[in-house]
Amino acid sequence: MRKELKFAFLNTIPVMLGYLFMGMAFGLLFENAGYNFIWSFFTSVSVYAGSGQFLLVDMLQKHTGFMAALVLMLSVQCRHIFYGLTFIEDFKKMGKAYPYMIFSLTDETYSLLWGTKIPEGLNEKRTKFLIALLDHSYWIVGCTLGAVIGSLITFDVTGVDYAMTALFIVIFTEQWLTGKNHIPALIGAAAGMAFMVLLGGDKFLLPSLAVSVGGLLIEQKIEEKGEKDDAN
Amino acid sequence: MQIDFKYSALIIIISALATFFTRAFPFLLFGRKKPSKTVMYVGSYLPGAVIAILVVYCICGGGMDMHTLLPKVIAGVLVVVLHVRKRNNLLSIGLGTVVYMALVQLVFV
Repeated sequence: MRKELKFAFLNTIPVMLGYLFMGMAFGLLFENAGYNFIWSFFTSVSVYAGSGQFLLVDMLQKHTGFMAALVLMLSVQCRHIFYGLTFIEDFKKMGKAYPYMIFSLTDETYSLLWGTKIPEGLNEKRTKFLIALLDHSYWIVGCTLGAVIGSLITFDVTGVDYAMTALFIVIFTEQWLTGKNHIPALIGAAAGMAFMVLLGGDKFLLPSLAVSVGGLLIEQKIEEKGEKDDAN
Repeated sequence: MQIDFKYSALIIIISALATFFTRAFPFLLFGRKKPSKTVMYVGSYLPGAVIAILVVYCICGGGMDMHTLLPKVIAGVLVVVLHVRKRNNLLSIGLGTVVYMALVQLVFV
């Protein structure tokens, strides 16, 4: 257990930096909207989503209706419907942790679970569970702490959230150096850039993901055809 | 500010359920039996595309003007170069973050 915890902790340090400070920003915002640390705690435990929780504060302040809130939240979180595809078989092996692994599948945990090579000698299931659990804990601590002491932070932490950008860049680079098939990365980058320029930052995620899935479907068909032709 | 307890709690519960639903969706759809070859293929190669999209999001999502973009790109190039040379995750991420913080706090103010 100790070996797995140490490995999971070392590999989640970038997420810790990002989640603690982003969480604190949320806690402070929520506190200023009239919701104390108890609200922050329960929200970060149960919702556990960055952009989703910021939307939540906005909805509460505008007194958005229930149906509208549901539709808004679904549209912001829609990108998640693609993430699970990667872990359908993998999570089934997780036993009792199966629902928790699904619940805690944020952008960052998704990237870590996929990008981290778990060394031999470590219990794989336990390590993956700990990575998911640690990420969630950082978020809860950040959100709760932000509501209590967020306003006391006087030193300048501007830019510390870049840790998560750097994490994604490192996973991207690592995959480029070790992986053979660069087509998915190229499809994602091209679709992402195109929709970023066309639609801007708050609308580009979903079309980029949808086009990437479409691109991968085409790639699979081409590969399948190639295999058939080889067999003939 | 006075808050409406019941309303607020319900909105939080709706948000939690909606978020969980989007995360559970592919498992509800394909989780019961063994997924088809096509689903498995897309699932196994999708992360490569997702990571690329998240990098684009992190670099360009905050605004496309030079003042916002340049420090992110400079630190990003540093992360890539460091990582290609040393292959040490924490070193690449740590130094990249420190350089970015210095850039936005001292240079691109």
